[in-house]
Amino acid sequence: METKQETPQRAYKNLLARYKAFSNRIPLLGWLCGGIGAVLIEYFLGDLVSYYLGLPKVPVLFGCLIMLKKPILIPGAVGYLLLVYGLPVFFIARALATPANKLAAFLAKGPITIAALVHLGLLYAILHIWTDMSDYRVLVLKLTMIAVMLTLSLNVINGYMGEFSCSHPGFMAIGAYTTSTITLWLFANDKLFGEALLPAAIGPFFFPLALIAGGLVAALGALVIAIPSFRTRGDYLAIISLAFLFIVKSIIENLEFVGGPRGMSSQPNYSNLPMVFIVMVLCIWIINNFVRSTLGKALCAVRDNELAAESMTVNTRKTKMVTFMFGAFWAGVAGGLFAHVLRYVNPGSFGIQRLAEILAMLYFGGLNSVTGSIVGAVSINLLSEALRPLEIFKWIIIPLLLILVMLYRPTGLIAFTEFKPKELMRSKE
Amino acid sequence: MDLFLQNIVNALQWGSFYALIALGYSMVYSILMLFNFAHGDIFMVGAYIGFGIATALLGFAAMIGLPLPGWLILILTILFSMFFTSFVGMLIERIGYRPLREAPRASAAITGLMIGIILETGNLALLGARRLSFPALIESATYQFGGIFVTNKKILIVLVSLSLMYVLHLFIQKSKWGMAMRAMSFDFQAVPLMGVSINKIAPLTFAIGSALAAAAGILYGLAYPVLDPYMGVLLGWKAFVAAILGGRGSILGAALAGFLLGFIEIFVAWIFPSTLRDIIAYSIILLILTFRPHGFFGQAHSTQLRL
Repeated sequence: METKQETPQRAYKNLLARYKAFSNRIPLLGWLCGGIGAVLIEYFLGDLVSYYLGLPKVPVLFGCLIMLKKPILIPGAVGYLLLVYGLPVFFIARALATPANKLAAFLAKGPITIAALVHLGLLYAILHIWTDMSDYRVLVLKLTMIAVMLTLSLNVINGYMGEFSCSHPGFMAIGAYTTSTITLWLFANDKLFGEALLPAAIGPFFFPLALIAGGLVAALGALVIAIPSFRTRGDYLAIISLAFLFIVKSIIENLEFVGGPRGMSSQPNYSNLPMVFIVMVLCIWIINNFVRSTLGKALCAVRDNELAAESMTVNTRKTKMVTFMFGAFWAGVAGGLFAHVLRYVNPGSFGIQRLAEILAMLYFGGLNSVTGSIVGAVSINLLSEALRPLEIFKWIIIPLLLILVMLYRPTGLIAFTEFKPKELMRSKE
Repeated sequence: MDLFLQNIVNALQWGSFYALIALGYSMVYSILMLFNFAHGDIFMVGAYIGFGIATALLGFAAMIGLPLPGWLILILTILFSMFFTSFVGMLIERIGYRPLREAPRASAAITGLMIGIILETGNLALLGARRLSFPALIESATYQFGGIFVTNKKILIVLVSLSLMYVLHLFIQKSKWGMAMRAMSFDFQAVPLMGVSINKIAPLTFAIGSALAAAAGILYGLAYPVLDPYMGVLLGWKAFVAAILGGRGSILGAALAGFLLGFIEIFVAWIFPSTLRDIIAYSIILLILTFRPHGFFGQAHSTQLRL
C-alpha cells in the first residue's frame, strides 16, 4: 500500500536525479551553444513551426503575451516553446557537452579575459539573432539591460553600503539630460539647440564620451548626498536623498533650455544593441571588481559597524563619498543610454514611480549580490512585459510577488553571494 | 500685510493635511522603528471610503425623505471613515508588517511600498480611471476679517485637525493604552516582558494612524473635491519628509513639522514663482537636515539603526 503511494514521488525524484546528472556535465559554453541553436531554429523555422501549431505569428516574448490574450492558444504556445527553445537547447547542449568541456578547460588555462570574451561573444550572438525578429524584442532587451545597470549601481549604495538611497532616478535624470544635451547640441539639428555643430557621422564614436560626461555630472550631483552622509545615516539619509530627487526633478522642470516640463526629444539613435550590451558588460565587470576590491570590503565594514570600521583604519568619509559617486556615475550612464533608447525624456519619467521600480528590482533580486541584481532586474522587467496583456492587474501581481519574496526571503532571492565568473565558466568534467 | 495673513491661513490649512498624515508615520515609527510607506495610500483609501459613506448617507437621506443637515453627514462620514480605514491599517499591519518584524527594515519598507501600489491599482481596477468628485457636504461661506478672506471650510479643516491632534495627545498621555504605547516606544524589548503584547499595540498604532489619515483624506476632499487613486503618493511622501523633519518617532515634532512644511511650501510659492516651489522648499529641508541631522525633536541615539 505504501509503495503505491510513494511511486509518483519516487518517479519525480528519479526524474530530478536524472535531470541533474544530465545537466551537471554541461558547462556554460554548452548552454550558450544550445541557445544559439535555439534562436537559429526560431530565426529560420519559427514561422513554419508557429503555422503548424496554429499560432498567428511567432510568439514575441516566449509566448506569454499570446497565452494571456487568448487562452485557447496555450497548448500551441507551450508546444512552440518546447519545440523551438526547450528541446533544441537541451539536445544541442548535451550533444556538444564533450567538446564544450574541452574548450572550457582550454580557455581556463589562458587569461580570464579571453574566456570571458568568448562567452560574451556567444551571448551577444544569441541576443542579436533573437532580437533580429522584431523591434519589440530589441526595445525590451535594451530596457532590461539598462535596468540591470540601474539595479546594480543601486545595489552598491543600498546593499553593499547599507544606506537607503532614494535618489537613483535623480542621478539617472542628470545623466540622461547631460548626455542628451551633448548629443543634441553637437550632432543633431533640433529646435532646442539649432544646427548640429559637428558632422553627424562621428556621433556614434563620440557617444561613449557623452555617456561618461553624463555619468560624471551625476557623480558630482551625488556629492549633495555624500556630504550629509558623513554625519547621518539611515532614515535621515533616505530623506535627504528623497529631497534631492524632488529638487533635481524640479530644477529640470524649470530649465527652459532643456525643454522644461515638456522634455527633450529626437535624440539620435546611438543606443543600439551592441552599444547597450557593451556598456552593460563593462558596468557589471567594473562593479563586480569594485565590490570585491579592498574598497568594497571597507564598504561592507562601514555597513556593519561604522565606528568599528573607523577604528580599524577604514577611511569612512572617503569610502562613502567614492561609493556614492561611483553608484551615481553608473546611474548617470544608464540614464544616458535610456534617453537614447526611448529618444525622448521628460522630468516625469524620473519620479517616485521609477524609484519604486528600481527598488523593487533590487530587493527582489537580493542585496549584496551582483548575480541577485541581474536576476532581479531581468525577472521583474521581463515579467512586467510578459504580463502586459493583463493591463492594470499587472501592478497587483508584481507587488504581490514581491511581498511574498519579502515574507519568505527578506533579503531577496539571491542575497549575499558573490559573482564568480571563473566558477561560472569552468569546465564540468 | 493682508496677503501675508491670507497666506498664513492657507498654510495652516495645507499644513494640517501634512501634519495629520505625518502623525501616522511618526506613531508607527515610534513603536516599530520602521516607516509605513503605504501610509500615503491609506490616506487615499480613507478619502475614497469617506466618499462612499457620504454618497450612501446622502442617498439614504434622500430615500427616506429626511433632510439630514450637511454637518451631521460630514461628522458621520468622518467618524465612519476613520472607523473603517483603521481596519485597513490593521489588516496591512497583519499581513505586511507582522511577519517582517525581525527582518531587515528595508524589506518592510519595500513591502509597504508594494502594498501602496496594490492599494492604488486595486482602486483603479475597482472604480476605473475616472476621477470622482467629493460631494460638497457643507455650503461654502466666506467671511472677511479686515482684508483677509476665510472660508468656513478652512476654519473647519484647521479646527478638526487641531482637535484630532488634541484628542490623540490626551489618548497618549492619559489612557492606559497610550501609556503602553509610550512605554513601547521607550523600550521595545523590555515592555513585552511586562505583559504588554506588541501584537496588540502595533495594530492599535496602525489603526490610529490610519484613522487620522482617513480624517485628513476627507478634509482634503472637502477642500479639493477631486479624488484620484494617486492622490496619496506625493502627499504621502511629503508628509514622510515632515515626519522625519520633526524627528522620527516624535509625535509633537511630526505635527509641528507638518505645519512647518505647509508654511514653507505656501510662502515659497507666494514669494517666488510657483514653479520654483519644490526646489526651494526641499533645499530648505536639506539645509535643516544638514545642520540638525536628527530633526527637531529626534534623538541621536539611534544612528546605528538602518533602514
